[in-house]
Amino acid sequence: MRPFSYVRATSPADAAHQAAQVEGARFIAGGTNLLDLMKLEIETPLHLIDVNDLALDRIEATPEGGLRIGALVRNTDLAADSRVRKDYGVLSRALLAGASGQLRNAATTAGNLLQRTRCPYFYDTNQACNKRQPGSGCAAIGGVTRQLGIIGVSSACIATHPSDMAVAMRVLDAQVETIRPDGTTRVIPIADFHRLPGNTPNIETALGANELITAVTLPAPLGGTHIYQKVRDRASYAFALISVAAVIQENGTGRVALGGVAHRPWRIEEAEKLMPDGAKAVTTRLLAGATPTHENEFKVTLVERTLASVMSQARAAS
Amino acid sequence: MTDRDLLKLTRRKFLILGAVTASSVALPPFISALASAANIARPVTNPVSMEVNGVPRQMNLDTRTTLLDALREHLQLTGTKKGCDHGQCGACTVIVNGRRVNSCLTLAVMQQGSKITTVEGLGTPDKLHAMQAAFIKHDGYQCGYCTPGQICSAVAVLDEIRQGIPSHVSPNLTDRPQLIAREFQERMSGNICRCGAYSNIIQAISEVAEATA
Repeated sequence: MRPFSYVRATSPADAAHQAAQVEGARFIAGGTNLLDLMKLEIETPLHLIDVNDLALDRIEATPEGGLRIGALVRNTDLAADSRVRKDYGVLSRALLAGASGQLRNAATTAGNLLQRTRCPYFYDTNQACNKRQPGSGCAAIGGVTRQLGIIGVSSACIATHPSDMAVAMRVLDAQVETIRPDGTTRVIPIADFHRLPGNTPNIETALGANELITAVTLPAPLGGTHIYQKVRDRASYAFALISVAAVIQENGTGRVALGGVAHRPWRIEEAEKLMPDGAKAVTTRLLAGATPTHENEFKVTLVERTLASVMSQARAAS
Repeated sequence: MTDRDLLKLTRRKFLILGAVTASSVALPPFISALASAANIARPVTNPVSMEVNGVPRQMNLDTRTTLLDALREHLQLTGTKKGCDHGQCGACTVIVNGRRVNSCLTLAVMQQGSKITTVEGLGTPDKLHAMQAAFIKHDGYQCGYCTPGQICSAVAVLDEIRQGIPSHVSPNLTDRPQLIAREFQERMSGNICRCGAYSNIIQAISEVAEATA
């Protein structure tokens, strides 16, 4: 690990302002992903700004009937919150399907959104990776691709976003609240938060330089049956091959987003209109234009079958 | 960087230095502009105090020191083990402010003021914690390397279930989770045992759960 200096910020505005004053500054909260990457020298911050004292660890009701989740709410606490369990089950289920108990106790809401891909070529510093070292190429293309992306990929990057939580937040139309170094705040819809790789896979989100996430808000509850189904190589503590987050109403309409297939949670609102026609119709539209490799083309079939299972569970529950 | 080094500055490095100096963003205080251009930074130490197993401890640590290394290398509490050092195996599990975490994935300086419990703080050879005794009784280990992490994790798992925190295998999110083997298996998935003592570990946890129910 490279040496770095360390301070604890006292307010969100202070943290964002300080980050802009020092070269190579990064925020640290749970640290479960950043510290791992620092040990491998994939991340090499010169200055860490600890944001754990910022009092952003509460979940509050919003005037619109939704919830405002502080950026520092730990994954365990978000999954266990009684309001989330009752009205946003897909979010609880997604969180509980991810990582381990130890990691969920440390990992934060904002950090989960910002976690980086687990593409093995990103992690192996001997391999070319445009995300780790822009312009160096992508060794994953033509390499071992079973876990990697099948849609929205580019000739520069075929990595996936690893989060389960973010897939549920996409299906719920969450919004990300931030503060910038000049003290201004803004709200970014989750649909616009994570970017597709294009020619700049190193730029992963819509955040500007030293912009700090302060909260994620959920709109008023949608009702319906909430399901998060994750398919992985072992029963627990593994990243998704694919996952389906769904909120399905009694009349068969609903919303669907996928994890494990793209550089961001994958949702196509138009595909949801086809839900009364069944899983095959939805999947065909959802994955139109997919460019899987020989090793990961199974994901297309897996999405359709998992979605069929999810829709059947929803029918049984309603 | 010494004066002699300065004389050896190449034209390229000189241009980089100029760019750095012209930048409006300051360097971290521990790096001189000269060192930055050569991409050399010196280690930084920070004071940190925490309560470990009920005892206040003060240290002055390189900021890079993980909680795991602080416990093992600076406080000589070697019960906590370093397995993968990347949060994948759970051997380093300790309890911080009542919650189990991977001590390899948090910096010691981030734990200023925290209350840490390691396997040494749960019980002693003369007065074992119920979970330690149950692991011995049920042979919940073979080589023993993952055991301190397994035991810290298991103690915290029972607390988490009693607090009503659901898991991936809880059938209903709104009901209280149960103290059953299926729950223990899922909740212990962050603790890997390469000897494969899993079934005995689940027996040990089940016994403690029943005895303290």
